Amino acid sequence: MLRPFKLHEPTSVDDAVSLLGQFGEEAKVYCGGTELLLAMKEGLLRYNHLVNIKTIPGLDEVGYDQASGMLSIGATVTHTALEHSPHIQSHLQSHFPMIAEAEGNVANVRVRNVGTIGGNLCFSEPHSDPGAFLLLFDTQVEIQGSGGQRTIPLAELTLGPFETCLEDDEILTRILVPQFPQGMTGAYLKFGYHARPTLGVGVSVRLEPKTSTGEQIEGAVVAEVRVAVGSAGPKAVRVAEAEQLLVGKTVAELLPRSNGGESSTMNEAGRIAGRASDAMDDIHGSGEYKEHMVGVFLKRAFAEAINTR
Amino acid sequence: MAITVAINETQRPDIERIPVNLTVNGRTVTDNVPPELTLLDFLRDWLGLKGAKRSCDMQVCGACTVLVNGRAVSSCTFLAFEARNDEVTTIEGLAQDGELHPLQQSFIDNAAFQCGFCTPGMILAAKSLLDQNPHPNEEEIRAYMKGNICRCTGYKKIVEAIEGAALVQ
Repeated sequence: MLRPFKLHEPTSVDDAVSLLGQFGEEAKVYCGGTELLLAMKEGLLRYNHLVNIKTIPGLDEVGYDQASGMLSIGATVTHTALEHSPHIQSHLQSHFPMIAEAEGNVANVRVRNVGTIGGNLCFSEPHSDPGAFLLLFDTQVEIQGSGGQRTIPLAELTLGPFETCLEDDEILTRILVPQFPQGMTGAYLKFGYHARPTLGVGVSVRLEPKTSTGEQIEGAVVAEVRVAVGSAGPKAVRVAEAEQLLVGKTVAELLPRSNGGESSTMNEAGRIAGRASDAMDDIHGSGEYKEHMVGVFLKRAFAEAINTR
Repeated sequence: MAITVAINETQRPDIERIPVNLTVNGRTVTDNVPPELTLLDFLRDWLGLKGAKRSCDMQVCGACTVLVNGRAVSSCTFLAFEARNDEVTTIEGLAQDGELHPLQQSFIDNAAFQCGFCTPGMILAAKSLLDQNPHPNEEEIRAYMKGNICRCTGYKKIVEAIEGAALVQ
């Protein structure tokens, strides 16, 4: 049962910001409601005012600037709309891999039809796929508040479970996703109950020399690699220490055909990523188990990333 | 319906209602709703359409699935005012002139339900699938329907019913 609240429907971000400033902690942004309304129904959160930002023109648009290679996703774009966005669909492999597939796997179709990308990131539920795979793109978020506009890395938005760095009167307006560098490929794998994954591991990698599908790649060197882990711990993280370990190594070294496919470097990177995930004990498994599985999935995601060339 | 309105008006005279002008199963419905009213309560308690069921109440089970402009949504967690200009379809709106919808007929022909509690949601989710993708393969059906949960029939017959309806369409 939802407690009564007053609904506000501003038509500009400025108006929304001033409403949030006026009501402070009594108000919350309503941007889809798939998670917020659940928490309000359970009585976990209580707001007297909801500010519906879906009525603000332009925030439901996905744009792509070819010159800068930047995808700009409005906060009120639904998961379904993002999955089917022509900008994503026409650059599925080259610029924005994984996004359509991962968005098409968020929760279930009803949640994807209503839930928004901005709402998802701001709610900061730890078991969120977008919060994890968007880290592979060095994603930034645009925030507007009474103090003006600021742009910060996505990695800095989330502080912990259900907690962001947003001030009471700040709104996340756009998500800025730089396209992959030429030759970079990626894979995002998740494990566990699909609506609340136990863990999600994403890897993107660029090999040198650049090779195409079917060519021998054992001797190719990892020129650039990104590792992101989500769902297992309080928030999704990039794992720079694991990335540094993998960069400069050959494919043969990381995915050897001999030695039962075991690579001490890859195993070490997996252990580092497992620790970095800060995995928690919960109904999805023990922290120790999840840490181990992060390592298993790091290796799988790396192999899949280079196989999707 | 009268009771719902009375309680809301005595408890909260200060909060204004939101005008809605939508169609439900092809019929125009004009009303004023409080912002916190869910589409499920609007359909069941205000309009008397009991086909959509409340079960998990958290968008996991799919028993409350209805279509809003052809998209499947969980009406338990979808605010009624959001549908203010939209076309809503519930299970009551599928049969035309006494003739069952092909999906309804196929669920019967394939014995794809026992208790029937999940069936309205199953059929509406399947309708939105077939409207987008008229001839899905089994994998596509299972992927799309994975958010609709059945606790007694099992999924094999449900998948077969959807495949059967796709052939008829």
